[in-house]
Amino acid sequence: MLEIGQATYDEIVAHARRDHPDEACGVVAGPAGSDRPTRFVPMLNAARSPTFYEFDSQDLLALYREMDERDEEPVVIYHSHTATEAYPSRTDIALAMEPTAHYVLVSTRDPDSVEFRSYRIVDGAVTEEEVRVLAAL
Amino acid sequence: MSIEVRIPTILRQYTGGEKAVEGSGGTLSELIDDLESRHSGLRDRLVDDKGLRRFVNVYLNDEDVRFLGGLETSVKDGDNVTVLPAVAGG
Repeated sequence: MLEIGQATYDEIVAHARRDHPDEACGVVAGPAGSDRPTRFVPMLNAARSPTFYEFDSQDLLALYREMDERDEEPVVIYHSHTATEAYPSRTDIALAMEPTAHYVLVSTRDPDSVEFRSYRIVDGAVTEEEVRVLAAL
Repeated sequence: MSIEVRIPTILRQYTGGEKAVEGSGGTLSELIDDLESRHSGLRDRLVDDKGLRRFVNVYLNDEDVRFLGGLETSVKDGDNVTVLPAVAGG
């Protein structure tokens, strides 16, 4: 299960809408081992593509250094799908390299509604999980 | 002195759980071979038949080695190497 604060949920959705039709991406960092996503970190999609995302490699290094210094880990790794459902693609599954992260997918294919779903992806296996949005985390 | 190599979570299965290991070599390729001699299986996660794997980022003293010399990048004692899997998808 993913527990996430309303404010962070809203920030992720707003980021996805803002970058549509390109895929948006980022993380929500949290204290290592806590499973609490507390710090929203939107990232540049270096691919700037409607069908692919990749964190810029220097941004990635800076992010991981920063999380290391703050004793954090990437609790949520999110990205958006702009024309398809909020379900991990084969590419998403093949490239998921953080076994303890919650992989959040947002779909912006419908301008009037949003799909926000979360998954664990471990060793190529995808398991959807419940998303519980709390007033405050 | 030697070269410190920081290992991401997903590759610590090859280093007995260690988040940093040490190695030596004159180039990144030699360094990786040296690490492989003590951490079997690690090289194959970093390198394929075309060179460094596309979605594995390797940094030498904070610079992505893709912009240096790739596998032929010169390294020396006291350097820091960091490995981070790309965060990417479609």
